[in-house]
Amino acid sequence: MSNETSATTTRRGQAPRGERIADWADGRLGIYSLAKSNMRKIFPDHWSFMLGEICLYSFIIIILTGVYLTLFFHPSMAEVTYHGSYVPMHGIRMTQAFESTLDISFDVRGGLLIRQIHHWAALVFLGGMMVHMMRVFFTGAFRKPREVNWLFGFLLLVLGMFTGFTGYSLPDDLLSGTGVRFIEGVILAMPLVGSYLQMFIFGGEFPGHDIIPRFFTVHVLLLPGIMLGLLVAHLILVFYHKHTQFPGAGKTNKNVVGMPLLPVYMAKAGGFFFLVFGVISVIAAVASINPVWAIGPYRPDQVSTGAQPDWYMGFAEGLVRVMPGWEWDIWGHTINFGVLIPILIFPLVLVAIAVYPFVESWVTGDKREHHILDRPRNAPTRTGFGVAWLIAYLVMLIGGGNDLWATHFHLSINSITWFVRIAFFAGPVLGFIVTKRICLGLQRRDRDKVLHGRESGIIKRLPHGEFIEVHEPLNQEQLHTLTQHEQPKPFEIGPEVDENGVERKVKRSTKLRAKLSKGYYGEDNVIPKPTPEEYKEITSGHGHH
Amino acid sequence: MSETGRHEDVPEKNLPGERDTAHGGAVEPADNPFADPGLPPHEHRIQDIDEQAAKRSERTVALLFTVSMLATIGFIASYVIFPVDKIVYVWPFGHVSALNFALGLTLGVALFCIGAGAVHWARTLMSDEEVADDRHPIEATPEVKAKVMEDFRQGAKESGFGRRKLIRNTMFGALAVVPLSGVVLLRDLGPLPEKKLRSTGWKKGVRLVNQSTNLPLRPEDIAVGSLTFAKPEGLEEDDEEFNTKIAKDALMLVRIQPQNIKDKQELDWSHEGIVAYSKICTHVGCPISLYEQQTHHVLCPCHQSTFDLSDGGRVIFGPAGHALPQLHITVKDGFLEAVSDFAEPVGPSFWERG
Repeated sequence: MSNETSATTTRRGQAPRGERIADWADGRLGIYSLAKSNMRKIFPDHWSFMLGEICLYSFIIIILTGVYLTLFFHPSMAEVTYHGSYVPMHGIRMTQAFESTLDISFDVRGGLLIRQIHHWAALVFLGGMMVHMMRVFFTGAFRKPREVNWLFGFLLLVLGMFTGFTGYSLPDDLLSGTGVRFIEGVILAMPLVGSYLQMFIFGGEFPGHDIIPRFFTVHVLLLPGIMLGLLVAHLILVFYHKHTQFPGAGKTNKNVVGMPLLPVYMAKAGGFFFLVFGVISVIAAVASINPVWAIGPYRPDQVSTGAQPDWYMGFAEGLVRVMPGWEWDIWGHTINFGVLIPILIFPLVLVAIAVYPFVESWVTGDKREHHILDRPRNAPTRTGFGVAWLIAYLVMLIGGGNDLWATHFHLSINSITWFVRIAFFAGPVLGFIVTKRICLGLQRRDRDKVLHGRESGIIKRLPHGEFIEVHEPLNQEQLHTLTQHEQPKPFEIGPEVDENGVERKVKRSTKLRAKLSKGYYGEDNVIPKPTPEEYKEITSGHGHH
Repeated sequence: MSETGRHEDVPEKNLPGERDTAHGGAVEPADNPFADPGLPPHEHRIQDIDEQAAKRSERTVALLFTVSMLATIGFIASYVIFPVDKIVYVWPFGHVSALNFALGLTLGVALFCIGAGAVHWARTLMSDEEVADDRHPIEATPEVKAKVMEDFRQGAKESGFGRRKLIRNTMFGALAVVPLSGVVLLRDLGPLPEKKLRSTGWKKGVRLVNQSTNLPLRPEDIAVGSLTFAKPEGLEEDDEEFNTKIAKDALMLVRIQPQNIKDKQELDWSHEGIVAYSKICTHVGCPISLYEQQTHHVLCPCHQSTFDLSDGGRVIFGPAGHALPQLHITVKDGFLEAVSDFAEPVGPSFWERG
């Protein structure tokens, strides 16, 4: 082979410079084999597939701006008296963390911009992950072989929340310090080990002098390090599995239809990074975020009204706010259920959505690979569960801002709290039922469309005076798209006795599974899609319009 | 079984048949009206057939990249021109930092135009023909799996792992124990709690000092209807440990008509209707800062726990689990002072609180 190459290249002396570099790299890294399967990799096109990209790019933006901020930020709780260029704060005692945050905002040229880009990008990152996760959930993209990648994404969301929290705590301003105090209270509520954990985490009594430097390490090194690893793994798996696609003509479970990475997605995705960065920069230019100079430095005996965490912590805040203040003293020990229960529900709510792929696969018994996305209406139970989860989440978000709802809409805070308490349980149930009905209605409409065509809006008067609406038949592509989904039969236990009349032992979990499976695929939970026979009978029939 | 995976515990009849396989479809019977018609033919864009239109797109992309370059120059110019403390009025954003506004906008435009250019290039000039690529099952073929299992068995056998139980068990033991070193090293993260959470800076004879004037409080300083914040005498703001101390010592005082005090102990621990309560909420430790004069209710703005200061600091609403601790006060030489420390720990509850 080397003979051949030298034969072709010696004619003009040497191969082009780029090729020689690539050859060098290939000899050491094997890049040609890597590029063979990836350079022209096909990615399908859909607007919802860019949600994950927003997360990836905002993560990169956060890393870039974050590194810049560390050049100026002093993660220290040593007390100083301010003499910087922001006059209203002159002479005020504050920690070096807060002082350096003011310096970044008022003395470092462009520092405020980078700080605001960093914070805005964090909000976009978390929001993007939530919406991306919903896209994956409602289309069933989490099914085999992508369950592990779903978990990677879930971990990124959870770690992102805590990275965000430790990040906005660093300036040591009055608002964030209040958030840290809240965490102290939560830690103290842990049975048995609470006060020990509190002492170890804070290096003594609250607030001490250690928590900001420790949060700093966690925020800039520990959590982002783990997240970077997860993110790379997430992307490798996306490449390895190849992207899912929506149903349509020519799209099957065994192909992927779209455009190649080089050049189309190189340009589109690469360009999209700049679009996201550009938009966040403009937001940071015009919309101020976390103006710590207006809030002041943290003092444990001061607080401002309307204290709110960043939005992604709002639902945990809601749980804590609306929980009744139950506290038990048993044998000289205190169990603070008022804080403990919300803090246990918080991870449970998250875990409920994380384990869903495994629950669904267990119920349906479907262990096959899925690369064609579901239209949410064709999976009514899953869609209903997703909506129920979202309602619980949003209700708690309302609870987390109950004081703002009260002041902005002139409502009683007690009524809001009671509303949230009830809606947290009732809302998801209602949402589940309503969503399922809507999904079934949409399935009926699809069925109608396939059998009778699309409503054209044209009204025709027949010779005998009857008015009818003209229905236009769908083309084969549309017919295929509306009928390609599967409608499996529910899992059945089978006869309770075998052929000899001996009772079979049926495990309780199996019975539960059969019940749930009926909830997914049972008669009332699915509208039978039209069969070709039905279609032919109707379209060939007489007197049909 | 099928290439798409094992149907482990599902009867075959419950699963749908295999989907149409070949890309391009048309394997199903020709009379199936729902059959996959295959990829639709590629529709040409105007740029594909009209060189003029393609040229226009090229110019648009180049223009966007040029605007980006200009914006970067604008960014550098803004960095040099605008002083860091210049505030300007920009409608509709109000008074903004000129430097932040200019830098953000120019950077935003510079970045956005690169992105817009690249995307426009991809959408109008690069091929938009959709192509299909085959997928292959993630699962290994049975041959590959058999080879791997055989290799593993071979390796496991050669290691003697299963046979030499003594080695295996001691190794597990060693691996299980060695992380303890790491745990032990964490011990010096902080002190043990001991009784630290139970006591504050208040003790017998410590005067109450007004937070805002830094002067010792006299009973006549506490007006009806106002909320006064106090700290123990000797605690100064420039103390190194001020924040840690005030996190427990912060005190609030109100004056209530003695006949309106419902709780007997509260009355005993008050002075002429002046009652002193811990300012630290018993929920998760926010400082309480809102006072309702008529009802003597105080509200924590963080989670809206509400306490009745005329009734022993009882919780009347919100997530707090127990009453606010009251400080027993008296008057000596005309100044308010503490009779003792709080009788119970202040702030959020904890396991050993009891």
